[in-house]
Amino acid sequence: MATEDEGPQSRLRRGLLMGIAAAPFAGLLPKMAFADAPATSAVNTTGLAVTDSEVTVGILHSVTGTMAISETGSVEAEKLAIQQINDAGGVLGRKIKIIQEDGASDWPTFAEKAKKLLVNDHVAAIFGCWTSASRKAVLPVLEQYNGMLYYPTFYEGLEMSKNVIYTGQEATQQILSSLNWINKTKGAKSFYLIGSDYIWPRTSNKIARKHIEGHLQGCKVVGEEYFPLGSTQFNSVINKIKLKRPDVIFADVVGGSNVAFYKQLKAAGINLDKQLLLTISVTEDEIDGIGGENIAGAYASMKYFESLKNPNNEAFVKAFHKMWGDKTVIGDVTQAAYLGPNLWKLTAEKAQSFDVDKIAAASPGIEFKGAPEGYVKIHQNHHLWSRSRIGRARVDGQFDVVYETPDLIEPNPFPKGYQ
Amino acid sequence: MFGDYSFSDLGSIFVMQGFAGLILFSVFVLMALGLAIIFGQMGVINMAHGEFMILGAYVTWMTSEFFKAHLPAFFGGYFFLAMILAFLASGALGMVVEWALIRHLYKRPLDTLLATWGLSLILQQVYRSVFGGREVGVDLPDWMMGSWQVSDTIQIPINGMLVMAITVIITLIVAYILYYSSWGRQVRAVMQNRVMASAIGINTEKVDRYTFGLGCGIAGIAGSAFTMIGSTGPTSGQLYIVDTFLVVVFGGATSLLGTIASAFTISQARSTLEFFTSGSMAQVMTLLAVVIILMLRPQGLFAVKVRK
Repeated sequence: MATEDEGPQSRLRRGLLMGIAAAPFAGLLPKMAFADAPATSAVNTTGLAVTDSEVTVGILHSVTGTMAISETGSVEAEKLAIQQINDAGGVLGRKIKIIQEDGASDWPTFAEKAKKLLVNDHVAAIFGCWTSASRKAVLPVLEQYNGMLYYPTFYEGLEMSKNVIYTGQEATQQILSSLNWINKTKGAKSFYLIGSDYIWPRTSNKIARKHIEGHLQGCKVVGEEYFPLGSTQFNSVINKIKLKRPDVIFADVVGGSNVAFYKQLKAAGINLDKQLLLTISVTEDEIDGIGGENIAGAYASMKYFESLKNPNNEAFVKAFHKMWGDKTVIGDVTQAAYLGPNLWKLTAEKAQSFDVDKIAAASPGIEFKGAPEGYVKIHQNHHLWSRSRIGRARVDGQFDVVYETPDLIEPNPFPKGYQ
Repeated sequence: MFGDYSFSDLGSIFVMQGFAGLILFSVFVLMALGLAIIFGQMGVINMAHGEFMILGAYVTWMTSEFFKAHLPAFFGGYFFLAMILAFLASGALGMVVEWALIRHLYKRPLDTLLATWGLSLILQQVYRSVFGGREVGVDLPDWMMGSWQVSDTIQIPINGMLVMAITVIITLIVAYILYYSSWGRQVRAVMQNRVMASAIGINTEKVDRYTFGLGCGIAGIAGSAFTMIGSTGPTSGQLYIVDTFLVVVFGGATSLLGTIASAFTISQARSTLEFFTSGSMAQVMTLLAVVIILMLRPQGLFAVKVRK
């Protein structure tokens, strides 16, 4: 390792050393941290933005536009994770520096910003995207310029890329166990599927229908219905539901429609204490807008709830509130976003490199024991092994966890017999 | 589809479905009224109409938070005060916008489209910066929630009936103002012939400003009422804008009666189709029908005959 005694230094090197010495990381002796770090030439063979003291990553979410509602939590979680990693000494002896770009809820903008992060900034990894549409827009850019994306949202599956780690659940993980549970413990036999009209609800409902009709004894789907994104009028479909009297309403309505749907359901006299409702699109974030009193009693299938009781989660919730204020809530995706930087750090340490190819190759098998949701592990297909849970919405906007799968569920983005 | 159901079941569903249609009708009328005044009477294409509605919704939210914190005893009645405040806030903003932006563009109607669209983007981002990107949950008094149990099987949403009541009252007030008050006559005179109106001593600038303010104020009331049935977020206004223009254009932009008739036609068509087909199909078929009718009758359902 180079020290200051070893002859002439480049101005750049000297500047960097001064930067380290001046950096406010009290308690860590700069030279020690420096001495632990492997040489830049060893950890970075592909021209990424890695120096002796820093590694640059990108955060790419919408902080303006429609999706800002949902993506804000993810940005907050990623920044928290990165700060915690830096406080603990960084990755391979290097502090993480963030370049944040705004996707502005516009898919071509996402692609353009991803290209900027990869081509101009040479970031080692990108934490970002939220909707499937934004991920699909970014994917070709990632593959062309060989970038690495950590994607936090639960999504419809049917995708797998060397350049993406999917830290949320794919559809079968989220749906199958919850349908089994509601069938077994609540004796539910008939289902009414209702969703917003785009790829995720349609794919999810297709999987749900196949499972209900093919794998659950004597169960049937009595209705399947889609509404354009942004619909605010649900009275007619609620009457239809009243007529069909399904045991379970299975809902994947999103965005502003979500709020309207639950308000009108309640106003129409449907009591969620009596009528089973299972949703895969409502987290603590959404309840903020819906209002706890309008949705209390509904069941949500997620892998994470803020109310989870385990030491990891308690520490995470505390740190999150300390950084972002007591009023913030933490939904499933926010937690999944928190996993991204942590998994990336563990992978880089295993690979002893920031190179994207080496990260991609080293990812399968990476375990993160400190995850708020509990233990997770990266599968060969770049999705996570995780438990699935069912929470019951409370008036105060939190969930009571009523069920948890005993084992980790294997991610299966291309489920046979469900397409 | 109905084979398995008893006669009384079907009866109750038809009653409830009838009400669903009427509620949708009221929602359409309420959101279109403000625009009918601004677009219909003034010819201004106000793309920021939805944002004026959401301002009303945010005012309602702030009022509810204020009552919760300081006057919990009166929480049950805050909504009426909130609606008045929403009217004032949106109306005031409307007048400011008219003064700063719109009045320079009366002779360039297509430019108002761009200007107000820009305004809508600005307002959205202002809401996001002030109130946060997340949707806010407006707490409603208990008596406004839930449903009215007419019989064992018939439930009518209370919030829906409130929207209907508000719509009827606002419509009557607007009709009175436009068609029976002297100010309404001035408005119509200015719109039909601006030069002549000012020649006989009408202060056209003032009329313009108050008309625009009235339209925006009514949008604010609509936004306030819609907190009962929909979401309140920076971009929620966008959810209403397409339907609003659809109703106004289909009705024939210059006629209040046309707006009401068109809201009735579209809402009944949609709620019936939604019941028998599905949500997305109902919208497609309704829009298709509207397009065909507008092709045959470009002036809309009702048009005021004016000598050009």
